[in-house]
Amino acid sequence: MALLNLHLKVWRQNAGQPGHFQDIDAPEIPDHASFLEMMDIVNERLIAKGEEPVAFDHDCREGICGMCSMTINGMPHGPEKATTTCQLHMRKFRTGDTIWIEPFRARAFPVIKDLVTDRSAFDRIQQAGGFVTVRTGSAAEANNILVGKEVADAAMDAAACIGCGACVAACKNASAMLYVAAKAGQLNTLPQGQPEKTRRTLGMVRQMDHEGFGGCTNQYECEAACPKEISVRWITKLNRDFAAATLKDAFGNGQERGEGGD
Amino acid sequence: MPLDSKIPSGPMALKWSKHKQDSKLINPKNKRKYTVIVVGSGLAGASAAASLSELGYKVKCFCFQDSPRRAHSIAAQGGINAAKNYQNDGDSVHRLFYDTVKGGDFRAREANVHRLAEESVNIIDQCVAQGVPFAREYGGALANRSFGGAQVSRTFYARGQTGQQLLLGAYSALNKEIARGGVEMHTRCEMLELVVVDGHAKGIITRDLVTGKVEAHAGDTVLLCTGGYGNVFYLSTNAMGCNVTATWRAHKKGAFFANPCYTQIHPTCIPVSGEYQSKLTLMSESLRNDGRVWVPKNAADCGKPAHQIAEQDRDYYLERKYPSFGNLAPRDISSRAAKEACDDGRGVGPGGRGVYLDFAEAIQLFGRNTIAERYGNLFDMYERITGESAYERPMRIYPAVHYTMGGLWVDYNLMSNLPGLHVLGEANFSDHGANRLGASALMQGLADGYFVIPTTVANYLVTQTPGGVTTDHPEFKKALEGSASQIRRLLDGKGRRSVDSFHRELGLLVWDKCGMERDKAGLEEALRRIPELREEFWQNVVVPGSGDAANPELEKAGRVADFMEFAELLCQDALHREESCGGHFRSEHQYPDGEAKRDDENFCYAAAWEYTGDLAKPILNKEQLTFEEVHLQVRSYK
Repeated sequence: MALLNLHLKVWRQNAGQPGHFQDIDAPEIPDHASFLEMMDIVNERLIAKGEEPVAFDHDCREGICGMCSMTINGMPHGPEKATTTCQLHMRKFRTGDTIWIEPFRARAFPVIKDLVTDRSAFDRIQQAGGFVTVRTGSAAEANNILVGKEVADAAMDAAACIGCGACVAACKNASAMLYVAAKAGQLNTLPQGQPEKTRRTLGMVRQMDHEGFGGCTNQYECEAACPKEISVRWITKLNRDFAAATLKDAFGNGQERGEGGD
Repeated sequence: MPLDSKIPSGPMALKWSKHKQDSKLINPKNKRKYTVIVVGSGLAGASAAASLSELGYKVKCFCFQDSPRRAHSIAAQGGINAAKNYQNDGDSVHRLFYDTVKGGDFRAREANVHRLAEESVNIIDQCVAQGVPFAREYGGALANRSFGGAQVSRTFYARGQTGQQLLLGAYSALNKEIARGGVEMHTRCEMLELVVVDGHAKGIITRDLVTGKVEAHAGDTVLLCTGGYGNVFYLSTNAMGCNVTATWRAHKKGAFFANPCYTQIHPTCIPVSGEYQSKLTLMSESLRNDGRVWVPKNAADCGKPAHQIAEQDRDYYLERKYPSFGNLAPRDISSRAAKEACDDGRGVGPGGRGVYLDFAEAIQLFGRNTIAERYGNLFDMYERITGESAYERPMRIYPAVHYTMGGLWVDYNLMSNLPGLHVLGEANFSDHGANRLGASALMQGLADGYFVIPTTVANYLVTQTPGGVTTDHPEFKKALEGSASQIRRLLDGKGRRSVDSFHRELGLLVWDKCGMERDKAGLEEALRRIPELREEFWQNVVVPGSGDAANPELEKAGRVADFMEFAELLCQDALHREESCGGHFRSEHQYPDGEAKRDDENFCYAAAWEYTGDLAKPILNKEQLTFEEVHLQVRSYK
């Protein structure tokens, strides 16, 4: 196992105050360590010196909870394709490297402390329609709803979103279109999601705008940064669903009509 | 104290129906007057909060993560069992019940397990209706796969992300209720203490992890859905934030802690690679459907690359020892077999603590694409962590702490001996006995939350005046002061060692003495050393920063302080249980072939420990387990 000598430039900030980059030397980092384990080592050393450790969000450390974030060398979740920060390993860096570490930056994700941001806007978008209204106990026998394998697989592609916000951090407009498109797209694709499709699409898009995310100008940085490789084709679908929903809302008194899945 | 499990009378298959019939009802107008506090937003917590809100109760839900969607249920990979018998392979509610009781090594409560098997089918219906994208056949029907400990194919799955999809389903139901105003959600908010008023659980004390504000919340009942205590071992497959604080605090307020020694060591995890390691990563058990587990027959071959070891020099030890279950032997058995092989000097990889999980044959048989479709995300994850491709050479795996079957004792209504305190999901003790079968945790969390608690909670609530206790009660003031003073004590310490260094030392000790294999001498040693370490923690821990802002070190310190106490009970329970069963293997109690030797004569009970104020002297209460349907037998998978 090799040891790396690194130099970090880490964003330090307290909520509501201006932030700054702090220079931290990180010598002798095992190359088998994950990026967050490197941060653990750095924090242990800061604590030993009587300094305050760097606050960062993390939890499952296996790439699924979506809690970890960090923009590393300008890229959300760092340079490795389809990889969250917690799954990024130090063998991807070289000794002597300088690593810039920043929070996910977006107006809709205010900084709480250092690298920790408030991403609760995503929850509020979900509350604005990201569900199927079905009471516990009122479901029909599962195999009464047939879903072709291709449709189920497509829905699963969208459903793989971990809600981390890398798409927003990667976008120059801080747009949340990929996130909203994936979340709405999963349900808008499945038969279970058809009855509320119009309400859902309008609700989620309007909430997204309300939260202060920027508009989508088709840069596709989001897709490149997404650790789950969610395709921008979902954005196309969301635009289509939104157009249809807007027309229905304008001419159909907002009432849902029967429509097939697409 | 006698424990009344409140198991309904009558035949096993009718108990739950009868109980539903006999349970109390609260009229919709009155439901609104009751406040239910739900701590935790994983499968159990989110499903309970959403379902109770739908019924009309006022719900306050709390999670320490920044969103309820991040609870650690999200990391479950493989699947969820249900007795649908869609495969026409002879499955039934009774068979799922039987497999689960046997899988739990006859230390689960039969009536609870039967209810679980009955509700399993409703869970699938509910999740499908929510839009959970389960795997499908071309014709559109749901697909299944096999899992350990069963000979039928009853596991429903969503690629390798079943827990994620089920949790997102529950989270969507929760969001629907938050939007409607039925659930008040508190994120980044950690429970520090349970408030007990006149012997009833009536509220909690929380700390806002952003502002540091310590607050009191009153309710008519409290539901703990706070998961397991696997992080007592420091290294585990649990998320970093998983902790025992909620259940341990409730224990210290009078709730009995049952069977803490039943810990599950999952056989297929990525081996430890160094001292800096912060967590272990699970590779889904579903991999054992197609992967073959082996080690070299000769220790001399261990250093060689796998492909240079000839077929006849490989020991496919699970297939050899357990011909009828083979690579799908239950978790406890597979884990111990891996340990045996490595103890025998035949382990592979760094430190010799690893065995191979080989897909070469499956790739040859089904093609690389099929294997990639089934397990692609797992193979990718393995490559990111180890830098090796499992398409090219076998994975190296080793057992790691994964799940804890023990938890707070509950009766059939999921209520603790402490009235008003309900405990759901992994946090309780009842359904998995001494060992949990794969794809059963998701089933239990959702059964408890969607279908059990909505019926049983009313049995307690009807006995209570809604809103009868408010945060003005002196017990809330006392609890607030207690929590604030613990925070001050942690921050005021002038020590030198970090919280993590203590946690790591505790974890290594507990893993060493109370891990996959335990013995009397080792446990006694652990019981000497844990109090010493705890003493040192309070003398020498350093927690930087302040209490009135975001402070991750302070959060960890509070959790580790509770693990330091809990670890002692874990080892006491393991020491007292002079038998081997499921995840609890005492080396003194085994058959000549190394299989676990149960002692049904003396230990066929759930050990429910009572806090006395002296950590060294808890009182043991016993719930005798009776087996009406599945007769006690030596568990064999040969």
